[in-house]
Amino acid sequence: MTDLPNVDQGGLSWLDASGEHSDIVLSTRIRLARNLQGHAFGARARVNDRATVLERVRKATETVPHLRRAEIRELSDLSANGRRVLMERRLVSRDLLGETEESTGPLSSSGVALPPDVPLSVMINEEDHLRLQALNSGLNLRAAWDLVDLLDEELGQELPYAYHHEFGFLTSCPTNVGTGLRASVLLHLPALVLTKEIGKVLQGLSQMGLTFRGLYGEGSEVVGNFFQLSNQTTLGKSEEDLVDHLDRMVRQVIQYESQARSVLMRDASAVTEDKIWRAYGLLRYARSLSFEELMNLLSGVRLGAGLKLLPGLRVYPLNKIMIFTQPAHLEDAAGRELSPAEEDAHRAAYVRSILSTEGRIFNDEGSDDAPTESTG
Amino acid sequence: MVCDNCGAGDPVIHLTQIVDNEMRTLHLCERCAAEKGVEGTAVPENFPLADFLAQMSSQSEEGSGSQNPGHSESERARRSADSDSCPYCQLTLKEFRKSGRMGCPECWSAFEGHMRGLLRRIHGSQQHVGKVYLSPDPSTSEMKRRVSALRRKLQRAVELEDFERAAELRDQIQELEVASPGGRP
Ligand SMILES: [Zn+2]
Ligand SMILES: [Zn+2]
Repeated sequence: MTDLPNVDQGGLSWLDASGEHSDIVLSTRIRLARNLQGHAFGARARVNDRATVLERVRKATETVPHLRRAEIRELSDLSANGRRVLMERRLVSRDLLGETEESTGPLSSSGVALPPDVPLSVMINEEDHLRLQALNSGLNLRAAWDLVDLLDEELGQELPYAYHHEFGFLTSCPTNVGTGLRASVLLHLPALVLTKEIGKVLQGLSQMGLTFRGLYGEGSEVVGNFFQLSNQTTLGKSEEDLVDHLDRMVRQVIQYESQARSVLMRDASAVTEDKIWRAYGLLRYARSLSFEELMNLLSGVRLGAGLKLLPGLRVYPLNKIMIFTQPAHLEDAAGRELSPAEEDAHRAAYVRSILSTEGRIFNDEGSDDAPTESTG
Repeated sequence: MVCDNCGAGDPVIHLTQIVDNEMRTLHLCERCAAEKGVEGTAVPENFPLADFLAQMSSQSEEGSGSQNPGHSESERARRSADSDSCPYCQLTLKEFRKSGRMGCPECWSAFEGHMRGLLRRIHGSQQHVGKVYLSPDPSTSEMKRRVSALRRKLQRAVELEDFERAAELRDQIQELEVASPGGRP
């Protein structure tokens, strides 16, 4: 990773598909919103408020164990593309980049602290002074909570947080106050979408106090059947309750998705198998791919990997494709700006390079494979 | 593509909602998204913060009857509340209703009474029951803090009868205490 030489796997350890249920769950994230006493929040903070907050965090990295040797990146020191790379790796938010109608760059003293060896990050001077985040692979809420909780304990002893006996941790937006905790799990649910059960499932979840958004790549649209599930409220329940509740619900959804996969294979195995192999074939040989087309095809291939229909295909290379084919990553790799046509060509080339190496499937050679004798 | 709300702006936020059992995606420009109280990162949708805020402004002070919002007396009360401002950052309640964002930590104390009702509507609660925060105490060692955090987790594990986890935590606590007899500075 040329851009984050001191951070483990360039901040992408969450991609490695090592976590539980990683064929269905891409990643788990928990973030805590925290603010420092005596400074105005994001939008009303003056330039020197912001500078002071950044300086205090910088100082804290000298003593806070989980931030020791952390790299602090001030966003204004990075190129516009370098900033987007961080966003595409989900290490900073779109808001922090400050690319709005009125401005094209980050506000002063916006930054991110990235420790070298743990999957944590701290956004500085976003809407809240601090956004502590733990991001890991698969379904791993408890580990993420333990990690971000420890960092929070440590940081809170260095930096006096704004806290209210009744409202808890104070935040800029009332929707985050209390625990300041947002736990979210990124799920791939193609079978629920294909069997048209997804609406019911999502509606049930919203009645259970959870919220979802399809969030991937550009904006937060439902792309490639990825759904981000998170807690809706932050006040009135303990952190552990919020996290455990989400964990239970996610396991439920995983079960529904698995059932839907069984239904697909029972009632429509020929069609499903054909779709999956076509998706693989297109990705393997296409010369031009838009991000959206890629994500749709990748969804089919990922389903194929989960169903073991594509022999030997692992999930990790597919995760990598999702990240490294985003626009800023492609430009970063090319070392220059790319026109839309070039971008699609570079994307297809990257996908081919992965699928012909680590994303190769067994028995890929014979072009006239006899239909596999049904195994189930 | 244009914003589904105003038909003009460039959509940057895409909200997925369930309407009549059907999944729909709403494409919103930055401004409309902000008006609807949506932030770029994960925020509850189906979550009309703007509506809450509007409701709030049609109500008078916490506790006092709001049956008759058009009544001149409560109207006057509302007006005067609108001009209330935070002593630290000068944010007014009116500005808060517009932006949906507090200005600084002190705003929360300045608008305490107004926030309670809002929080009940957003979260179904007005009382934090999570981590209790104690401001930095320079006399507490890092080990002690770590041990007390682990003890909190241990207690939780025992409550949940997760004994495997409890045993793990107990070991971790013991390890730390052995490593620092009496707590190192
Ligand atoms: Zn609009
Ligand atoms: Zn204020």
